[in-house]
Amino acid sequence: MTNSQHSTGHYLLEAHNLNIYYGTHKAVADVQFNVERHKITAIIGPSGCGKSTVLRAFNRMNDFVPTCRVEGDVLLDGQNLYAPDVDPVEVRKRIGMVFQKPNPFPKTIYENVAWGARINGFKGNMDELVESALRGAVVWDDVKDNLHKSGLSLSGGQQQRLCIARALAVQPEVILMDEPCSSLDPIATLKIEELMRELKERYTIVIVTHNMQQAARVSDTTAMMMLTDDRQSGTVIEVNETNTIFTRPKDQRTEDYVTGRFG
Amino acid sequence: MTLQTEAAAAPRLTSERPQNFYGRTSLSKRPRPLESLIQSFLFLCGALSIATTLGIVYVLGQESLQFFTNPEVSLTEFFFTTYWQPEAGEYGIWALANSTFITSLIAMCVAVPFGLGAAVYLSEYASPHARNFLKPTLEILAGVPTVVYGYFALTFITPILRAVFGVETVEIYNMASAGLVMGIMILPLISSMSEDALHAVPRSLREAAFGLGATRFEVSTQVVAPAALSGVTAAFILGVSRAVGETMIVAIAAGSGSLFTFNPFKAAETMTGYIARLSGGDVSYASLQYQSIFAVGLMLFLVTLVLNIISRRIVARFREVYE
Ligand SMILES: Nc1ncnc2c1ncn2[C@@H]1O[C@H](COP(=O)(O)OP(=O)(O)O)[C@@H](O)[C@H]1O
Ligand SMILES: [Mg+2]
Repeated sequence: MTNSQHSTGHYLLEAHNLNIYYGTHKAVADVQFNVERHKITAIIGPSGCGKSTVLRAFNRMNDFVPTCRVEGDVLLDGQNLYAPDVDPVEVRKRIGMVFQKPNPFPKTIYENVAWGARINGFKGNMDELVESALRGAVVWDDVKDNLHKSGLSLSGGQQQRLCIARALAVQPEVILMDEPCSSLDPIATLKIEELMRELKERYTIVIVTHNMQQAARVSDTTAMMMLTDDRQSGTVIEVNETNTIFTRPKDQRTEDYVTGRFG
Repeated sequence: MTLQTEAAAAPRLTSERPQNFYGRTSLSKRPRPLESLIQSFLFLCGALSIATTLGIVYVLGQESLQFFTNPEVSLTEFFFTTYWQPEAGEYGIWALANSTFITSLIAMCVAVPFGLGAAVYLSEYASPHARNFLKPTLEILAGVPTVVYGYFALTFITPILRAVFGVETVEIYNMASAGLVMGIMILPLISSMSEDALHAVPRSLREAAFGLGATRFEVSTQVVAPAALSGVTAAFILGVSRAVGETMIVAIAAGSGSLFTFNPFKAAETMTGYIARLSGGDVSYASLQYQSIFAVGLMLFLVTLVLNIISRRIVARFREVYE
């Protein structure tokens, strides 16, 4: 493996010297950080500093933005996701994603969960898989009598948990979540947070949030992103245990941000 | 705090209130002549199209009524037989309806797969660059006059068909050639409408599918296309009604003289073809033949009406609510 020379083997996901451009605009500069297995890693920072851009670099979602160009390496278990022979479709099977706004398919609840598994060649008992994914996302009790209703008939919080179930059914290793609670009410938000704590037993989670309390509540590690001094590009200024980030940050800018003194 | 003090200091709404820049404090209605004028004009536009439709229905209905009440015509003959020989007093609509059906079917066999394929390509695969070039090019096809398509069928497609399938099998005037070219004519309609429907499917749905490890093909066929189903179906039905109503191409390339046959290589007149031929000929007014034009026209009108109603139903029924 020529690409694994950086890898320490300790981390599941590693970003090395990541630079991301939209056209000529360098939106993300020199990002360096790692994600541990079975941990929740939060990316926090003011809006526009490139959190989503970095997250989407982890499962090659940026491929769909025609102007977007990624430089540097992202390693999953030591394999560079940006190596020329890597199939992005395979990457996304192993690294699932939950989006900011719930986006269930206009299909039945059952089909929403089953579809991803089916296209990935799942051969086992689909009913069981659907049930366990829905249970895993703590939405089974809400939908078990209505599996053949449209996924769009659910409330926002239920839809978001359905989207999580849909991601679980593909049995990925990593689940990326981009502000998964930003369109939800506080109760639905708490449910999702509780769910994340359960999910980390089996999955590795990276969550982007602009809500610092949320990062403090759910994550083990926190990466702080901030615009660089020229205010053009965002970068990770500090990564540490969440507790440390919120109580004894090393960087003054992090302290200003987490204490709400940020402009 | 500041808000409260401001509110306290604000003047009450009384006659002493200082005048604002538009100099009016009364809330009573005021006349707006230009607005009423425009409103009447817009109403007139709407009314005109309804009046036209009613006029058409009236003329079609009245002449058809005379046709159907003529003792020489029997309703059972009209609706259940397959000989259409007005000169011999035989009026079995199926001879014409069948050729309309065959030519439209051939047209749809061309237009639907290629139109949908073009739509999926433009919306899901093409780079913005290719799309900006291809879409207008495809839409040029829609601007070609149908008489040009008619002669294209007769002088280009027919010789090819005859070369491929044999001069004995393929008549000079035949339904296949007309149907194929009609398909080409309808293709841009189908592709353009379907592409709009596919394009309207939110990006978030595609991303959700890609995020599960789906390929581009799986995303376009299993997520985007079903989500755009109502629009695609509407395009399909509009295509059918264009095919059923298309006149020039069949009049030129499908032949005159009715024949009830399922063989696409034979000449057989369609409903529109019959109307065009008789209207251009010298039938005397108030003759039974003349009235038969309107009877056939009424049938065409009903078919397209039903198709449009079905299409509206489908659009309403399957309309996807994304948010
Ligand atoms: N599709 C895009 N095209 C061009 N610029 C983009 C695109 N998406 C994001 N950007 C730019 O990249 C920067 C970071 O955006 P983003 O990653 O969405 O930030 P965050 O998620 O932290 O709010 C912003 O300056 C934004 O304008
Ligand atoms: Mg974002």
